[in-house]
Amino acid sequence: MLNTLKISGAAGLAALMAAPAMAQEAGPVMDKGDVSWMLVSTILVLFMILPGLALFYGGLVRSKNMLSVLMQVTMITAMVMVIWVVYGYSFAFGGGEGPFWGGTAKLFLAGVTADSMAATFSDDYVIPEFVFIAFQMTFAAITPALIVGAFAERIKFSAVLLFTAMWVTVVYFPVAHMVWDANGLIFNMGALDFAGGTVVHINAGIAALVASIIVGPRLGLGKDMMAPHSMTLTLVGAGILWVGWFGFNAGSNLEANGGAALAMINTFTATAGAILAWSAVEALTRGKASMLGAASGLVAGLVAVTPAAGSIGPVGAIVLGGLASVVCYYFVAVVKNKFGYDDSLDVFGIHGIGGIIGAVGTGIFTAPGLGGVGGDDYSIASQTWIQIEAVAITIVWCGVASAILLYITKAITGLRVEGDDERRGLDLSSHGEQAYHS
Amino acid sequence: MKLIIATIKPFKLEEVREAVTATGVRGMMVTEIKGFGSQSGHTEIYRGAEYAVNFVPKVKLEIAVPDSIADEVVSAIAKTAKTDKIGDGKIFVLDLESALRVRTGETNEDAL
Repeated sequence: MLNTLKISGAAGLAALMAAPAMAQEAGPVMDKGDVSWMLVSTILVLFMILPGLALFYGGLVRSKNMLSVLMQVTMITAMVMVIWVVYGYSFAFGGGEGPFWGGTAKLFLAGVTADSMAATFSDDYVIPEFVFIAFQMTFAAITPALIVGAFAERIKFSAVLLFTAMWVTVVYFPVAHMVWDANGLIFNMGALDFAGGTVVHINAGIAALVASIIVGPRLGLGKDMMAPHSMTLTLVGAGILWVGWFGFNAGSNLEANGGAALAMINTFTATAGAILAWSAVEALTRGKASMLGAASGLVAGLVAVTPAAGSIGPVGAIVLGGLASVVCYYFVAVVKNKFGYDDSLDVFGIHGIGGIIGAVGTGIFTAPGLGGVGGDDYSIASQTWIQIEAVAITIVWCGVASAILLYITKAITGLRVEGDDERRGLDLSSHGEQAYHS
Repeated sequence: MKLIIATIKPFKLEEVREAVTATGVRGMMVTEIKGFGSQSGHTEIYRGAEYAVNFVPKVKLEIAVPDSIADEVVSAIAKTAKTDKIGDGKIFVLDLESALRVRTGETNEDAL
């Protein structure tokens, strides 16, 4: 159960095979069912980014900035995919033995062929390494794409690209290595992060918080009408995110078996609990439950269950999702206004806070008494403490690095567009086009 | 000739149109507008960000009529647009100096 995460080297490539599945000996085999599932999971995660996240974010901004959001998400995706193949995969999972870095052995995916195999959580089964590379590539792409919500409607396009390229290099790849590679620092602490509560959500959330402060608030904040221009599209995006997230969570199981089934059902129930909780809180505090609230709860629940999907139980997941909604609501509706940072699309409020709740909550809800997969000797206190340490390392590494990179970006390209361009809208000023013509 | 400018509640448009055309008027211009008068707007809250929406959607009618039926048209509008609640609207009457039908060149009352 828990122990298998360490033994088979998890998402790290401890057992690399260069030959196809063997027939007679007791070596690991490639199961076509596992491969089919992983192929599908990979494209589900791409679907989460385009058009899922693109529309979710796009609908939340004013119509004059719609295309800029779509563009930033699209370009980040393409750029990070190229970077991943060139050096990202190597830095994260290149087989290097250091705790922070995977090394240069797999630059340009050197040595990887269609017959190369990668380990799964089961000693007996492997999947093609290209599938693993592609699957992880989508994770590397979505994480920086999440950050754009923090500085939407005012960021310079060139700044987005430059910051993203540096950020994945210095934050994402090292944290992915630390958490998911068998030689990683956080992995070897025994932290549980099934699909990326720390690697994806806390990373994106902290970078977003730092960015929203350093970039500064939108012109007219608090005075101008900045309501979402299309809650309809936002819900379309949210729905796509939920569907795609099954690839994100259940695909992180790397095999098509009971583990994937557990991750799948958790991805249902946590989200359901979160939607209900956010709507309930909103109905109580605001008087009416809104579509924006339900969609926000939806995402908060998914974020929270991301690190926990493979190790908690489905009923515990409902509670975890509900808890995430309540806390995220508080940060989004109260804390943000109180401190005045313009995290425009609530990346920190939902991904950052939801990720922290989920990561720490994983330590609690993995307990067998709460329906989790923990063994008889499972200690809530000690695992939760490990989770907290993992979260803290991620926050510090990401926070400091993001701040430095933002200032570097500011010096090279500048961060914000000119005031007039911001007022005109980024679609026209940065991209020379309009989303809608009346 | 007179130019009648009326603001009414949007859901009243069809009713008003019927009453106006019953007086013999054969055309009108309709614009969707927003405005405020005695009726106040509303507040929207998006994830804790509160927006006061001070304008209310209305429909504006512009109708050019001969002097002879101007009063009748104003009454027709007033009667059908009324709901006895604030925000029912206003009707203004302006003197219209000239009119021209583009297709035929007819002028003034012949153009209406």
